[in-house]
Amino acid sequence: MSNWLYLHRRAIAQALGRLAGQPLGTLLSALVMGIALSLPAGGYLLLDNIASLARGVSGTPEISVFLDTGAGAADASAIEKRLKAEPQLASFRFVPRDEALGQLERTGLGDVLGGLSANPLPDAFVVSLRTEDPAVFEALSAQMKAWPRVAHVQLDSGWVKRLHALLGLGRSAVLMLAGLLGFALVIVTFNTIRLQILTQRTEIQVSRLLGATDPFIRRPFYWFGGLQGMLGGLVALGAVWLGVMALAAPVATLAESYGAVFALSGPRWPESTAIVLFAAFLGWVGAELSVRRHLATD
Amino acid sequence: MIVFEEVAKRYAGGYTALAGVSFEIRHGELVVLSGHSGAGKSTLLKLIPAIERPTAGTVRINGQDVSRLPKRAVPYLRRNLGLVLQESRLLFDRSVFDNVMLPLAITGHPPGDATKRVAAALDKVGLSGRGKEMPIGLSGGEQQRVAIARAIVNRPSILIADEPTAHLDPDSAAEIAALFKSFNRAGVTVLVSTHDASLFAESQPRRLTLAKGLLTETV
Ligand SMILES: Nc1ncnc2c1ncn2[C@@H]1O[C@H](COP(=O)(O)OP(=O)(O)O)[C@@H](O)[C@H]1O
Ligand SMILES: [Mg+2]
Repeated sequence: MSNWLYLHRRAIAQALGRLAGQPLGTLLSALVMGIALSLPAGGYLLLDNIASLARGVSGTPEISVFLDTGAGAADASAIEKRLKAEPQLASFRFVPRDEALGQLERTGLGDVLGGLSANPLPDAFVVSLRTEDPAVFEALSAQMKAWPRVAHVQLDSGWVKRLHALLGLGRSAVLMLAGLLGFALVIVTFNTIRLQILTQRTEIQVSRLLGATDPFIRRPFYWFGGLQGMLGGLVALGAVWLGVMALAAPVATLAESYGAVFALSGPRWPESTAIVLFAAFLGWVGAELSVRRHLATD
Repeated sequence: MIVFEEVAKRYAGGYTALAGVSFEIRHGELVVLSGHSGAGKSTLLKLIPAIERPTAGTVRINGQDVSRLPKRAVPYLRRNLGLVLQESRLLFDRSVFDNVMLPLAITGHPPGDATKRVAAALDKVGLSGRGKEMPIGLSGGEQQRVAIARAIVNRPSILIADEPTAHLDPDSAAEIAALFKSFNRAGVTVLVSTHDASLFAESQPRRLTLAKGLLTETV
């Protein structure tokens, strides 16, 4: 066990030595990787911010449930009971037909209805949900349409649906970008390790002659790839933070002009850790592929 | 014990470097392998640490058949041998001390004890106190001593050297030869190839002579 630790410590020291031994190369690789990774990381952050902005501006979207005009007070209270039993419901409000007519008259449209002998408007409930998930909206409205004496259910979630679709599209784009640029990062590491193996050729041969096992020879390259990836991840994180800081003031001004209060938020701890670990993982993969390809023939 | 039984080596190009080579070396022997350039000396020596594999016959080291050793067992075989071959170059990017340390680093030897062992090995080859120097600053003979120190730092019971005195001036060559003779007197089995068997003559070693891949003389 202590032997195993010692061998890893030695491999880490060797990898760090190689990174420090060519500072310019290390810096350039970290910058290339970091800039590549900052694009999907920044994209993800942007979507996250848009989603939270949308949540803040819209309030909660509502569903209007209209009863048929023949429905009485008993029917309305039956519906009320059903609404109370609905777990996804945040709140609801009963709008009696007289109140609806009053509202209409106040807007000046009352004259249009003046010729009618009876109030043509139905009783209605205005319902708001705990979620913005369009699927829940659809399911619930379909369900409520089937309730007795419900004439019509109107969703005002159309824009929510569109926003969700757009955010979903954005997330797919960010994922694709992450995949593509992650692949590029693997290739960069693959090539760096290939050059490393070339320059360490004598050391590798001599070590083999002195009884070095394959894992002993490979270990420093894995650490090198992982650490190099990690540096790239840190650069990406730095780039994203720079972007957030540069955009924070203009975004706040823009939000203010719409009468909204909104602060751009940077990546939090779990996201930051994930970015750095993901980058380290990609570096490790590049090292693994390179070592397989270039050390097997020896 | 090093045992060769009817060993043949034919290289990929079709060239037969060794044919029907049989001999036995017992513990503690000093054996000098001679022969002209191209006779097959290096090929024979490379069969022992399984750098090359024989195309026929068997090579046994301390009872272990190394000609059919699985690839992953080869490093452990080499750790028990002291090798000074043409491939045993020094690493010029690190100090003499770190060069001699390499075999111990490979086995994950505890650093404290490793330091003592390196100092002892350098002492044995007459380079005590010069661990901090870089190999590039050393003479050819001194570089060869570093390679020898690296070969013995694991305290192997068998030492194999391929023309360790080649490219050295006569004085340095005699000093290197003397080192191998002293290791042998300390009980190490030594198998050394050379152009110039007279370097070892006064120790009256056993002699193996190769000519065109055939063992022509076994004394
Ligand atoms: N890797 C190899 N591939 C093909 N032929 C080789 C190889 N190594 C050595 N030989 C040939 O085998 C013969 C013996 O070589 P070697 O064992 O190096 O002889 P020595 O060490 O006695 O000079 C030579 O003719 C050499 O050209
Ligand atoms: Mg030779």
